[in-house]
Amino acid sequence: MKRVFSMLILACVGLIALAGCGNEPTKEEAKTEAAPEAAPAGGSIVLGVAGAHSGDLASYGLPSVNAAKLVAKMYNDKGGVLGRQVVIQAEDEQCKPELATNVATKLVSDKVTIVMGHICSGATKAAMPIYRDAKLICMSPSATNPPLTQSGDYPNFFRTIASDDAQAKMGVDYAIQTLGAKKIAVLHDKGDYGKGYAEFAKSFIEQGGQAQVVLFEGVTPGAVDYSAVVNKVRQSGADAVIFGGYHPEASKIVSQMRKKQMKTPFLSDDGVKDDTFIKVAGADAEGVYASGPRDISSNPIYQQAIEQHKAAFGSEPGAFFPEAYSASLALLNAIEKAGSTEYDAVIKALRSEYVETPVGKISFDEKGDAIGVGFSMYQVQDGKFVELK
Amino acid sequence: MEFFWEYFFGGLTRGSIYALIALGYTMVYGIIELINFAHGEIYMIGAFTGLIVAGVLGVLGFPGLAILAIALVAAVIWAGAYGYTVEKIAYRPLRNAPRLSPLISAIGMSIFLQNYVLLAQTSDFLPFPRLIPNFGFMEPYSMVMGSSDFVIVAVSALVMVGLTLFIKYTRLGKAMRATAQNRKMAQLVGVNVDRVISATFIIGSTLAAIGGVLIASHIGQINFFIGFIAGIKAFSAAVLGGIGSIPGAVLGGLILGWTESFATGYISSDYEDVFAFALLVIILIFRPSGLLGKPPTQKV
Amino acid sequence: MHGLKKSLIISAWFMFLTFPLMVIRVNTIYKTIEWRWMNLLWVGLGAFILSFVWRYLLQRRELGRAKKGSDQTASLPLAKRLAGHRHFRVAALAILATVAVVFPLVFSTYQTNIMTSTMLYVVLGLGLNIVVGLAGLLDLGYVAFYAVGAYAYALLNYHFGLGFWTVLPVGALLGALFGLMLGFPVLRLRGDYLAIVTLGFGSIIRLVLENWNEFSKGPSGISNIARPGFFGMNFTVSESVTYLYYIMLGLVLVTILVVNRLKESRIGRAWMALREDEIACQAMGIDKMKTKLLAFALGATWAGIAGVVFAAKTTFINPASFTFLESAFILSIVVLGGMGSILGVILGAFILILLPEYMRAFSEYRMLLFGAIMVLVMVFRPQGLVKFQRRHYEVKETGESEGERPAIKEAGEQA
Repeated sequence: MKRVFSMLILACVGLIALAGCGNEPTKEEAKTEAAPEAAPAGGSIVLGVAGAHSGDLASYGLPSVNAAKLVAKMYNDKGGVLGRQVVIQAEDEQCKPELATNVATKLVSDKVTIVMGHICSGATKAAMPIYRDAKLICMSPSATNPPLTQSGDYPNFFRTIASDDAQAKMGVDYAIQTLGAKKIAVLHDKGDYGKGYAEFAKSFIEQGGQAQVVLFEGVTPGAVDYSAVVNKVRQSGADAVIFGGYHPEASKIVSQMRKKQMKTPFLSDDGVKDDTFIKVAGADAEGVYASGPRDISSNPIYQQAIEQHKAAFGSEPGAFFPEAYSASLALLNAIEKAGSTEYDAVIKALRSEYVETPVGKISFDEKGDAIGVGFSMYQVQDGKFVELK
Repeated sequence: MEFFWEYFFGGLTRGSIYALIALGYTMVYGIIELINFAHGEIYMIGAFTGLIVAGVLGVLGFPGLAILAIALVAAVIWAGAYGYTVEKIAYRPLRNAPRLSPLISAIGMSIFLQNYVLLAQTSDFLPFPRLIPNFGFMEPYSMVMGSSDFVIVAVSALVMVGLTLFIKYTRLGKAMRATAQNRKMAQLVGVNVDRVISATFIIGSTLAAIGGVLIASHIGQINFFIGFIAGIKAFSAAVLGGIGSIPGAVLGGLILGWTESFATGYISSDYEDVFAFALLVIILIFRPSGLLGKPPTQKV
Repeated sequence: MHGLKKSLIISAWFMFLTFPLMVIRVNTIYKTIEWRWMNLLWVGLGAFILSFVWRYLLQRRELGRAKKGSDQTASLPLAKRLAGHRHFRVAALAILATVAVVFPLVFSTYQTNIMTSTMLYVVLGLGLNIVVGLAGLLDLGYVAFYAVGAYAYALLNYHFGLGFWTVLPVGALLGALFGLMLGFPVLRLRGDYLAIVTLGFGSIIRLVLENWNEFSKGPSGISNIARPGFFGMNFTVSESVTYLYYIMLGLVLVTILVVNRLKESRIGRAWMALREDEIACQAMGIDKMKTKLLAFALGATWAGIAGVVFAAKTTFINPASFTFLESAFILSIVVLGGMGSILGVILGAFILILLPEYMRAFSEYRMLLFGAIMVLVMVFRPQGLVKFQRRHYEVKETGESEGERPAIKEAGEQA
């Protein structure tokens, strides 16, 4: 037993030491986030911002923090929401479900008023039950997984981006109606997002009855080459390929298809509608179709948001910035219209009031999806994504 | 059977890629019994160096083949230097440590190098210029095998033959074999073991760099994370063939490549890795030291 | 003077080494080259300074090694000498118990949650420690059993509404079963062949979960998993976090006790014998097959339990949580902490989980530092942070003035 004691003692020393340092970072966070300690319940409205703010997906999450800061500043300059100052509390979860629950519990226990986030669908799914039980409204700028709204599990969830099935529908319709495809090969990257998209595409093709799915397969992300899968597409005699996933895999597949002189049209989702895709695939990218959020560059509110970002941070905003900006606007607007931060009132306001945002004039339906946000089909033409009307 | 040859040659290319990387694994393992997890990262660094040099030369307007040659040489030099440095920092101080310590050190090194490249360069995928030209004589076969496939297969065959001859006939090769068999005895008969181990790392890294540049040029893109999966697959190939054996690494790579290619072609790519690993398990159950590996002598 | 020259050479070498990656950034699309010469300067300076530190530390390590033989007591760390005192031990235990019990009451839900994660990894580490540390079987697919436990709870809860406490033993049992399943075919394999097969096994489990939608719902995972209940009481979120913390605390204690008993038992000694020398061990009449299978099964049991808790804690699981990197991470906890040592594994878990969590300030350099720390700890403490002390008895020569020590004392020995 002696051994056990000495072990426990050392563990104890370690625990105390760690518990001691445990406090410091929170203090630091508090400093940087403009003092959320200032009695959130009465004084200010705390907008929690959760997402990947570090790690490999940070580039998707950080723009949402900037967006929230800009919107908060805008409201505060006008005297706040309901006369109360808006404060941002940003929490990082690196898009990992296990960390997302940590962050969600933190936001709940810190009694934030409302949450904008999370960024990834998986992390959002992990966090939502915690918000639901705490009656906290959460609006994501980027979680596109359909069940989040369609399952009806989370009445407190909203989003300012269209869900994956809408995109899949658009891709399938385009392939069948515009390109006249009869045999379609559906590929995916075995990931949450890609496989979800591919499954919707498959079911839409089968429901439509105008074309058939000749191949449904997942490719292994990061595999050294995809020649076997590409051969299989050729073997299947498909006259269109629909791919669910991100641009690194897409560019590898497209390159190998073109290498084998296959001119089969390639359609994909907004994980591919990224300029990096064109850079990496080069000439092979020409003619590839990808759906993505509607081009909003002519919207004056969007332009204003971009200008604000440039003025405040000296750079171009990143991914999901307009969606995050819109989500922040929609949330604060709903609180203002509801006249209180009370759960039911704010939900009612979200569903009934329209608000002008960078992504358009939007409101939310019963399930939580935004009304007024749309997707368009794009095609790579001369090294640029061009919106197809 | 119509597409049999497509899958066959696709598997051949993939297998040769695995084999090129597996050679480095197997050499290092043979000599110090260490799974060098950072080997995949050396491969990645080789490819990155190749990209940077090729990019600079491309901007300066060098002709295509000169770019390929210089990029290859640069990648080889720097990857060798990295291999040497990694060994010296992370493995040499652990020569007499418990067996798992260098393994953890290798995993740490691998994480470090990945993030080093991520910070020094970028997290994005980068396009890799297609350095291998299209050969005229490959034109009729382009449906089953492109020029870059051909180059990869040819290079890995050449490298394997060269390496076998090198190990068999040169002084350094003999010293390597001696060190692999018994480090203490090799030291006693006058082999500078430290130098031999360094040389092994440099040669292994060099091969990884050649592989890195050729493969990146074949695929057309790289990022800081490509070393990870390639490393694991190559390691499996090395074990399958019998770790420590040079023909074994090539055989293991090819078998793995063909298994994946045919499994994708005739069954489904959903489970290509499952087939690859299942085959590995089955072969190891019947031949616990891999296909061409020697069963270890058990000493009491 | 000699050191200075050496450091200059090292500095020059690193400047050469990092030249292409650190200095040049080329854009092949726009045909632009960016030269970052300042980086070269920093690398040179950094390498120059660090090389002194490195040499100094290596020297100290060598010195420590030479000293160890001559006098043992002095080299014992302070904590251990303190631990020898009975009063201190009781007091420290009391403090530890108090801290552990009041932790969730004092600190925020967030801190409690992190501490629960840490304890989860303590259990995982201790389980893997049975396989790797005690029995010496290198297992790179340990996370598969963790996944088995997590999916067992998620699926049983989803389909049949079974509760946490019902599934906990089921998860443990399933873990053990899968451990045996892996154990049987790999009995003949040794060393690194075993490593790659376990790695393959881990990947196969994950790939099946990813691809077999009808069974596991594929990559989109299973959400809405029930949190543990307490006689039908409904908890708020923060209450249930606290509750899980105490469940985990209890589990950690049980694990420590069981593993400690196992270590000293007949089977524990058989594992260690197996690790040291298989043939000699067989010659002593130990059933190799039974011993190895038991190690796999018992190790996997803890992973199964931890998996159930994990699923209950996050309430959402998908296959992405069970990658090879996770296995490598748990293995690092064991090796970094000190193979075979219970205290070491606990320390390892605390360091590896809390370090990245509290290194947020370094943001992008976090993982770089993490990798570097792993290398450094291994280089300067190859046996891990806490060296495994194998119990052995040594007869003290009479005549030495040993007041409180008995004639026969336990002493540490390098395992």
